[in-house]
Amino acid sequence: MQESPVRKIIPIVPEEEVSLYEAQKKLYPRSVTGLFARWRWGFVFLTQLVFYGLPWLEWGQRQAVLFDLGARRFYLFGVVLYPQDFIYLTGLLVISALSLFLFTAVAGRLWCGFTCPQTVYTEIFLWIERKVEGDRSARMRLDAGPASARKLLKKGTKHFLWIALSLWTGFTFVGYFTPIQTLWAEAFTLSFGPWEWFWVNFYAIATYGNAGFMREQVCKYMCPYARFQSAMFDRDTLIVSYDAARGEPRGARSRKADLSTLALGACVDCTLCVQVCPTGIDIREGLQYECIGCAACVDVCDTVMDKMNYPRGLIRFSTQNAMAGQWSNSQLWRRVRRPRVLVYSAILLALCVGIMWSLLERTPLKVNVVRDRAALSRIVAGGKLENVYRLQIMNATEQPQRYRITASGLEGLALASEAEFDIGPAESRWVPVRLQIGYGSAAPGSHAIEFNVGDIAGESRVNEKSIFLVPR
Amino acid sequence: MSDFTGNFWSVYVTVFTLVGILACLLLLWITARKKVTPSADNTTGHVWDEDLREMNNPMPRWWMWLFVLTIIFGLGYLVAYPGLGSYKGKLGWTTHGEYTDEVEKANKELAPLYAQFTAKPAEALAGDPAAMAVGERLFMNNCAQCHGSDARGSKGFPNLADGDWLHGGAPAKLVETITQGRQGNMPPMAAAVGTPDDVKNVAHYVLSLSGSPHDSLRSQLGKAKFTACAACHGMDGKGNQALGAPNLTDDIWLHGWGEQAIVNMVNSGKVNVMPGQAGKLTEAQIHVLSAYVWGLSNKPATLATARP
Repeated sequence: MQESPVRKIIPIVPEEEVSLYEAQKKLYPRSVTGLFARWRWGFVFLTQLVFYGLPWLEWGQRQAVLFDLGARRFYLFGVVLYPQDFIYLTGLLVISALSLFLFTAVAGRLWCGFTCPQTVYTEIFLWIERKVEGDRSARMRLDAGPASARKLLKKGTKHFLWIALSLWTGFTFVGYFTPIQTLWAEAFTLSFGPWEWFWVNFYAIATYGNAGFMREQVCKYMCPYARFQSAMFDRDTLIVSYDAARGEPRGARSRKADLSTLALGACVDCTLCVQVCPTGIDIREGLQYECIGCAACVDVCDTVMDKMNYPRGLIRFSTQNAMAGQWSNSQLWRRVRRPRVLVYSAILLALCVGIMWSLLERTPLKVNVVRDRAALSRIVAGGKLENVYRLQIMNATEQPQRYRITASGLEGLALASEAEFDIGPAESRWVPVRLQIGYGSAAPGSHAIEFNVGDIAGESRVNEKSIFLVPR
Repeated sequence: MSDFTGNFWSVYVTVFTLVGILACLLLLWITARKKVTPSADNTTGHVWDEDLREMNNPMPRWWMWLFVLTIIFGLGYLVAYPGLGSYKGKLGWTTHGEYTDEVEKANKELAPLYAQFTAKPAEALAGDPAAMAVGERLFMNNCAQCHGSDARGSKGFPNLADGDWLHGGAPAKLVETITQGRQGNMPPMAAAVGTPDDVKNVAHYVLSLSGSPHDSLRSQLGKAKFTACAACHGMDGKGNQALGAPNLTDDIWLHGWGEQAIVNMVNSGKVNVMPGQAGKLTEAQIHVLSAYVWGLSNKPATLATARP
């Protein structure tokens, strides 16, 4: 690619002028079958089963996975999370990021090609499109043809199905934040609240627009992950590669012709790899930023190679190093165990284990201590010095609990207010607490003390630090 | 707009906003008309630093339409909302108006709840956990600043949980106190009592009323001088709730205990003010609050579980 600096050459033939803004060329990806297509559909089913199915699962008396933003409680199967547990979301995001680093370092844009919602929904929408309008050539003919009742019917059916699926997607998404059973009942009477209307339609329109119309434009122009993943490639990353050394010079030939007698490479220039590409690139020009690594071209080229009785793998997952050095598969796979991959894997494993452990060992009780803002300290009957606190006790279990409060850290420190409180399931309550010491039993100033709150059964226990003020 | 003393800044902001938007439109128009001739290797022909060449990756046209939509939205926004200098916008929207609307909406939503509460007398309401949860929040937001979050006050701020009342503890009296506020007025009495020694004697007499440690000789001498105090605090020193005069016999010392504190009080007097909440809280809220405060030192009438 690197040539000497371009010298300005005045063209003899006037070249075609283009606008600074490119009109979107509609793509008609051809359907494809094969190993990677099966993997892609496997991931479509897996991700969509989880996405559409999860909100319907019940756990005891409630929805198993529900993010109740209004009440600020997040239910994940047996776990009730408070906003204070935000660290788990952070952990999840860090795990996601590290997984992306790992997968990308090993095999390029696996996420993009197989599990990204943009790819998955485009796949589903394309499937509907194909069922209604037919495959690539039929669709191109239909679009090129004049308006007719048949065309209207086909287009109408397609959009009807798209919109139905989009609405179902929007509905499901909102079902993660509003109990989906209630939402379902409301759907029949069209009695959503204003925000439910908004979000169902917002996500429906986003699905319809992105999977139906924007498609590869999202990956090419809008998605930041698409761009920064290329920065995580190295020369040992598995990418969809065209074996130019074997393929070139390309050209059409008879199936009966003997390859060894022809002055041609293995590429028969059937252009099927271009026709199946969901982003409309020609993989034979090498790795391009548009390539989402879906391997549709690998599948289709393999079928052509089979027909020609040539060995498979003219387009295959390979690495730049393997391509340049004509490595064998075992040589290529050995490079997967390189330091970068091992380090990503180790950190990822440690994080996953750490978060799981922390979730399992979590104390389902939280306590916040706030000193009273009105009275720093006061003298009360009986020659006692009193400090007032408010304790926010958060029950993160789904049973009502009775908690007992004790305090320690100063000689003679005693609780003067009620010591036990009932807190309802997943409820949080502020309770006033008064602590007393004998007047003169502690030096003037601030003294570190500790509240100890635990349930009566002794299953969970929390210590919280605070201070006791003694006036001068 | 009061932020602007003259018209200059208003015009300045308006002109710059509109010129900025028009410049964006102009830029879009120029670039949309421009045609370029890409070279065979799909570069724009620009070369920097000897061999850096710019790829010709044109922006999608729909993206340009997004820019245009943004500009249309922006202009629409500037017509509807205040944004151009002191122009107030067609919708007449203000932050203050939005706040007022939200308060009105919340009050309307809460009205049925408060209607349930006002239907009950305070003594019964104190046994209603839902009402007391509301009462606690009202107390925390409006009363706890002085009386403390446990309502037990501190020096100068009365304890509301001890059953001792300066102005009366019946719910109706509490409503009166919260609504109108109170002003406790202890005038300087040194001159009426007599010499500094007399004042000291009175202080010991006052201490003796509650059985606190005192000098019995001084207390005997001070008893005669207490007549000056009896006008408000009563001959027996039990105070007068009609005047807000504290009971001196119950060993509760709002402004400090001991000889020195009492001497200071007699000499200098004190004006202690509880502000009225009439404009700030609604009658229904005050009703709930009075029940909450009453419940701190009384058992609710239809006794269920009293909250602390």
